[in-house]
Amino acid sequence: MSHHEMSVADVKKHVRVYIGVFALLLVLTGVTVGVSYLHLSIGAAVGVALLVASIKGTMVACYFMHLISEKAMLFWILALCGFFFLVLLLVPVITVHDSVGVH
Amino acid sequence: MSTTVIPHDLEPHPLTGMYNGKFGIWLFLASEVMLFGALFSTYVLLRVGAPPGQWPAHGSEILNVPLATLNTAVLIGSSVTMVMSWAALKMKKLGAARVWLTVTFLCAGAFLVVKYFEYTDKFSHYQVWLNEPIKVGEHEVTTIKGHLTADCPKLEVSEKNGAYSVTEHVMITPDAEPGGHAHGEAVKIEASKVKRISNFGPRHSPYLATYFTMTGLHGLHIVGGMVVILYFILTGGSIWKRSQEKYTNRIECTGLYWHFVDLVWIFLFPVLYLL
Repeated sequence: MSHHEMSVADVKKHVRVYIGVFALLLVLTGVTVGVSYLHLSIGAAVGVALLVASIKGTMVACYFMHLISEKAMLFWILALCGFFFLVLLLVPVITVHDSVGVH
Repeated sequence: MSTTVIPHDLEPHPLTGMYNGKFGIWLFLASEVMLFGALFSTYVLLRVGAPPGQWPAHGSEILNVPLATLNTAVLIGSSVTMVMSWAALKMKKLGAARVWLTVTFLCAGAFLVVKYFEYTDKFSHYQVWLNEPIKVGEHEVTTIKGHLTADCPKLEVSEKNGAYSVTEHVMITPDAEPGGHAHGEAVKIEASKVKRISNFGPRHSPYLATYFTMTGLHGLHIVGGMVVILYFILTGGSIWKRSQEKYTNRIECTGLYWHFVDLVWIFLFPVLYLL
């Protein structure tokens, strides 16, 4: 069902979801901070922090930004955007394998 | 006189499933992902390439994690109040919607106030690197972190690159050691012994340069969002009178932007403060 034709009962259902998501986001923020004080190895710390942040980000996008009820076309556009975002993040890897000037 | 009707201004476009304004905001947000993506990529490059000991092992060595945690909760809270405003409009409750919008605006203001205190603390906190070790308390040190005393001679600022230098001597009260409470006594260091002096601003290190760039850009996005939210708080009544659906859609688009700003912070917080 699109947001164009929502009834008051539907909106009230959404509000309950928003409050649930809000509580979960606060709990996950506590988890992120708590885990950072466990002094895990850098690999594990980065993995856990990014995993929790990704879960939080997905919840915000799906429920607050209503991505969960949008058409597939938007997903494809965002997937393309996500792909190029990952390419950008991986650009520094090139510097590791850059052998120009190294003899 | 003929009137031009903007297609799919209110009703969903058959291809995208949403009105054109909303689709436009999504495309704008996709471009924003690439903007912040470039900065995250820079962060990875600088961090991976940092010489040993040049990048803090944990952001809390320099930054205030409790304050940032509070700010995270405030920003997440503002996302909820934003979406509640949209929900209130869907239930035709303009008054409640404007109250939620006002709470969102105040949360955004609170976020910036906390950030102001974080920033000012960094600009008044200094680090001195020494040419040779000196004794502070019971330890020999080659660097001291702390606050300059009131009677410390003014530092000279280079016209060339803005870097600080010491003219005669510097008076600094060292920070308390981790776990300790009392600050040490002020230390007087002659200019000849100072290799470098800097506050904890962007010039201090690549880490802080990255921190100020990323949080600064994010802060500008908060300010931009506040301007739009304030506009819709003030003009809500008149737009609502003309078209309830149009006002609801505009709040939805504002909300999409605002949730994105929240989403960026969700990643900035662990990356800069906790890793």
